Amino acid sequence: MTTDKTVEAIVPDFGDDDAQRKIAFVCSKGSLDMAYPALVMASGALEQGIETHIFFTFWGMDMINKKTMGNLQFSPVGNPATHMPAALAPLPGMQAMATRQMKKTLEELEIPDVPSFLEHLSDMGCQLWACKMSVDMFDLDEDDMTPLLTGVLNVSDFMEIIDGAQTMLV
Amino acid sequence: MPVTTIADKEVHIDEEGFLTEFDEWDRDLAIALASNIGIDDLTDEHWEVIDFLRSDYQEQGETATLRRVSTIGGIPTKSLFTLFPKKPARKMSYVSGLQKPAGCI
Repeated sequence: MTTDKTVEAIVPDFGDDDAQRKIAFVCSKGSLDMAYPALVMASGALEQGIETHIFFTFWGMDMINKKTMGNLQFSPVGNPATHMPAALAPLPGMQAMATRQMKKTLEELEIPDVPSFLEHLSDMGCQLWACKMSVDMFDLDEDDMTPLLTGVLNVSDFMEIIDGAQTMLV
Repeated sequence: MPVTTIADKEVHIDEEGFLTEFDEWDRDLAIALASNIGIDDLTDEHWEVIDFLRSDYQEQGETATLRRVSTIGGIPTKSLFTLFPKKPARKMSYVSGLQKPAGCI
């Protein structure tokens, strides 16, 4: 017969007294499959109480542009990870089909679409920054972008904000 | 799993201190668990989260994620960070006598 060992009560260490960790993601891509990695990792970081920043730049602006953020596309062209014969990928309708399929899979897993995901991150305290140069380059106004944005920053101001952060370029 | 005594009750815990047996939890235990991690007063809002987590676990067989607590449980994510500061997903699971959520989002 085995008995369960009796131990002193253990209280989990939630790291409340640890030094504040900081993490930053730079999102530079505007395709559906490249939007999610940073969003999911940012969500995990925030759940861990880590101060989290996302900087949107170049095609990453599509993730915060009201016109495009709900309608990002997934293209199988030039993407060997789809395991699709290369000659089929560029056929008409293929991108729409691949996008539809990916959205369906995400929905089945109860993963929110990009606008709802950003809202979720913002609710968790994520700071969302738009790149000043990209705003100028794409001729965007404040009204063109999601109101969830924390602000528009040039790169040197962003560098100041993420001092000491682990930083990832997506 | 090792056994320990919390609030005069013998309970099974894992190596981090999370309860492993759903039925060994009760409300007095929740008060003791909360106070272990610095939450000295369980308000009605805390209980709303705990009750949702417990009942959702019974239906789903796994601990709800923060997003599920907000979309299905109707408790805003912002409030969860106020009620269970810094690491709400882990803290609310611990107090509710459940394992940490397995889902990413």
